[in-house]
Amino acid sequence: METLTEIIRFINFSFSYSGSNSPILKNINLLIEEGDFVLLVGPSGCGKSTLLRCINGLIPHLYNGVYEGEVIVDGEPVKNKSVNELATKVGFVFQNPENQIFMFSVEKDIVFGLENIGLDKTEIDDRLSWVLRALDIEHLRYKPPYELSDGQKQRVAIAGVLAMKPKILILDEPTSLLDPRTALEFISLLKELNRKFGLTIIAVEHRIDLLTNVANRMVVMDKGEIVFNGCLKDVIENKNLNLHGVNVPPVIALQNYLRNEGFIFDAFYLNVKEFSKEIKRRLLEID
Amino acid sequence: MIEVESLYFKYPLANDYVLKDINLKIGLGEVVGIMGGNGSGKTTLIKHFNGLLKPTKGFVRIFGKDTREESVAYFSKKVGLVFQNPGHQIFSDTVWNEIAFALKNFGFEEEIINKRVKWALEFFNLTQYKDMSPLLLSGGEKKRLCLASVLAWNPDFIILDEPTVGQDFLQKEKLIEIIKMLITQNKTVIVVSHDVEFIWLLQPRLILISNGTIVKDGDCKSIFKDNSILEKCGITKPQLVELYDELYPLIEQPPVDVIEAYSMILKLLRGLK
Repeated sequence: METLTEIIRFINFSFSYSGSNSPILKNINLLIEEGDFVLLVGPSGCGKSTLLRCINGLIPHLYNGVYEGEVIVDGEPVKNKSVNELATKVGFVFQNPENQIFMFSVEKDIVFGLENIGLDKTEIDDRLSWVLRALDIEHLRYKPPYELSDGQKQRVAIAGVLAMKPKILILDEPTSLLDPRTALEFISLLKELNRKFGLTIIAVEHRIDLLTNVANRMVVMDKGEIVFNGCLKDVIENKNLNLHGVNVPPVIALQNYLRNEGFIFDAFYLNVKEFSKEIKRRLLEID
Repeated sequence: MIEVESLYFKYPLANDYVLKDINLKIGLGEVVGIMGGNGSGKTTLIKHFNGLLKPTKGFVRIFGKDTREESVAYFSKKVGLVFQNPGHQIFSDTVWNEIAFALKNFGFEEEIINKRVKWALEFFNLTQYKDMSPLLLSGGEKKRLCLASVLAWNPDFIILDEPTVGQDFLQKEKLIEIIKMLITQNKTVIVVSHDVEFIWLLQPRLILISNGTIVKDGDCKSIFKDNSILEKCGITKPQLVELYDELYPLIEQPPVDVIEAYSMILKLLRGLK
């Protein structure tokens, strides 16, 4: 069996944006291993987006501020690497795809990053057709971005990032503009990328019910600090999650209420089907 | 009252209609949810509700007035639209000025403007940022600022395009509270959202759109039980409706919130003891 390897590490890390007098991140210590699927949550303004910017190097390379401690990505301190170098390791999908699609056709947009890192034509063609297929957007190949719906734009933005074959994929509320079915399809795509290619994924998502079945780790932030960090199943059981702004899915909240009443469950059920099965099983037992 | 009659719409130079034969009446004091797949025409439809877009064919009337007959500013005073992407509506140098902007444009007196801005800042927990540039706010805070700016001028209809994006638990709770409060003041809130859990908590009149036409307009409870309609519109079920599906007939109605679900299940587990 393969041993787990460290891919991201924050060591006693703090950051304040210049012009702000209080740190937005305070003494962060966090280890993420290769192949982890991390769900990152917390109230708005808690520092989630800032944390992500520290991984892809936008901080400290593009945002100024007080940078203390260390962030290591793939074995090297982020501050010693250029944003360009990091871009081949860390793929970043913004909340709003309009912020990252800018070429005149889907194909050109996807190819843009690949040409920039100087890949040869066959490699570019291979990656382009792979990613168009993987994201099911072959039919959009020659379309201009302004003819795409929001959901399609989201897929194109992700295609451009995936084509770079990063080791780490960071997504800031990736499903927020997708309709429920498209969101589910997209989540299973992420799951596949994670399982099949061992891609490390960090996703900020407020609708955590969408990710509870695919993520293995959960990190909760509040006021610039990490308040919970661990295996998703353990973290999500915590009764105080909503005090930290987490949208606890109904099926989880329900189990918390029942536990308070003294109903102990063998496992914590993350989806409604399993939970209902357990309720039915109990009712049969009572009969 | 917003009345939509045989509305057809296509963008200039486009061949296909984005909206086809839409007929709707939305009165005061209603909560209306609008759902549908990506690209189904939801946002295009709500842009007709304040005259931002005008029908290619058919009519949209707001309090009896055809949207072709007056300016967007005229209708905006009655119908406030909060866009999905805050970047599309934030442009002032400070948070305070952002909220005051429309009020000034609508010609309110200085004293009223100050009062309203103060109220909006406090209500949305933004007072601490009043002198800051809105661009320095986090995504979720920008979203709140947009809503604050619209509510400050007190329109009769408030349209929210994807209001829960970027909002944490406490903000969502607050949003529900605000919507309920607005309804008690006989305002109408129209919410466009993909967030089925949020829509379920609102229990609105639900309008489903697919391919530019209204597929269903009715009570959200009955629509969420209708598998074929949901399938057609790409909508998944809220967890509490799923729970009802799994446990029916042990529970007879889908619970409207977790508390109700809890008491239903407690009854089941205890009742049979």
